[in-house]
Amino acid sequence: MTFRKYLVLAGITVFATAGDSLLARGMKDLGGFSLHQLSGLVLAILNPWVAAGILLLLAFFSCYMSALSWADLTYVLPATSLGYVLVALIAHFGFHEQISTTRWLGIALIAVGVGFVAASPSLTPVHQNQHALEASPDPVSQEVEVKS
Amino acid sequence: MKELYAWAAILLIVVASTTGDVLLSYSMKRVGDVGELWKKRGVLAVIGRVLTTPTFALGVMAMGVAFYSLLFGLSWGNLSLVVPASAALTFVANAVAARIFLHERVGRRRWAATLLVAAGVVLMAI
Repeated sequence: MTFRKYLVLAGITVFATAGDSLLARGMKDLGGFSLHQLSGLVLAILNPWVAAGILLLLAFFSCYMSALSWADLTYVLPATSLGYVLVALIAHFGFHEQISTTRWLGIALIAVGVGFVAASPSLTPVHQNQHALEASPDPVSQEVEVKS
Repeated sequence: MKELYAWAAILLIVVASTTGDVLLSYSMKRVGDVGELWKKRGVLAVIGRVLTTPTFALGVMAMGVAFYSLLFGLSWGNLSLVVPASAALTFVANAVAARIFLHERVGRRRWAATLLVAAGVVLMAI
């Protein structure tokens, strides 16, 4: 795992969170939709908040696809949930919103879960040696170990 | 009855988004390391290669189905039920599917992580 790859994972978290927030903000302006007015759903793109949200979600999707090209699905997915933690922390420290004990507990569980995955190898191909995999945190350094 | 519809929508969201994630992950593994490809052949080659991978289109379609199921689910059930329930179940379903279809080694560490994240998502939504 290089620094650039961690940046891509951070991009997944940040872009998804910011994109969703902008979309939600824009949809509030537009009011509720019913499924009978699908034209409204198309016109929603004209709202600047919605347009910006869609752009950020495209950035999220690019980062997500990039990460999936060099890491396991089960490695990348937990990173997407860090967004919930990010939103809660911004709400608390940025906007001084109250956060209940169960939410703090949820934040802690997600953070610990992501930490668990981040410490494991990012890619686990089938043919790799099981013991070498568990012994080494990184698939690249592990290959070197196997060769030596 | 509405409750039943909401859970049917949740089930559909979980199945569709898991299918989508597995297909997209499979496609990107076939494309190979995007960063390397970008360095060697440029960004257009990356986009071209991704878009011409047939399973990629299927994956995006499955994600579309998941998105619309979410919209339907939200019209039948509460936001506080549908979103966390489908998110948590999708994490678990993805771990199982990644093991079976993508042959990822989901060891004790990743299982623990998956269950912790799923539980955390549920707690945050309560």
